[in-house]
Amino acid sequence: MVPIIVLIPAALFCLYRALIGPSIADRAIAVDMMGVVFSAITGLIALQYKLNYLLDISIALAVISFIGALALAKFLEKRSLDD
Amino acid sequence: MISVLALIFLWLGVVFVLLGALGLARFPDLYNRMQAATKCVTLGVCGIMLGIFLRSGFNPLGVKALICAVFILFTVPVSSHALVRGSLIAGVKLWKGTVKDDFTADRGGTSIIDKTPETEGK
Repeated sequence: MVPIIVLIPAALFCLYRALIGPSIADRAIAVDMMGVVFSAITGLIALQYKLNYLLDISIALAVISFIGALALAKFLEKRSLDD
Repeated sequence: MISVLALIFLWLGVVFVLLGALGLARFPDLYNRMQAATKCVTLGVCGIMLGIFLRSGFNPLGVKALICAVFILFTVPVSSHALVRGSLIAGVKLWKGTVKDDFTADRGGTSIIDKTPETEGK
């Protein structure tokens, strides 16, 4: 239970960067890292309560953040930004 | 013995994730932030998943944790590389303490190191 509580400030740091980040790529990488941290938190909850289907949700979170980051990277390459 | 090893991996992973997220919140420009976040969070989450695998053994929970660790180890650096390339092409400024910018030099463009004195961050 204690590692889950220690991981919550990490997700809050990522949320802070996603809120104030100057460019779009900042927000993109912050949301990506927040998805990966949530994946780790879900894995730890699955270990805590012995629910092995929660690891499926963990893998799905990792896949979704990967695909979202790749889509945003493609968007950034095609179109120039103001910053 | 295995349980102690699992606890060591798990806490090492938690500390790495926390420090990586702190770097993501505090570093001066996009590329530094992305380096800190990606390396530390990848290694930390792989450590946490390896700890879960060692803690629970060869049952479905442990094997799924191992699959998740391998997947994260392969995909997070790829997405970070794509984001850095995209933001370099889009022209996000480098930090003003940067000493070398090979990417835009190789592509024949002018350097995108931030030259504006002391306006960003007080």
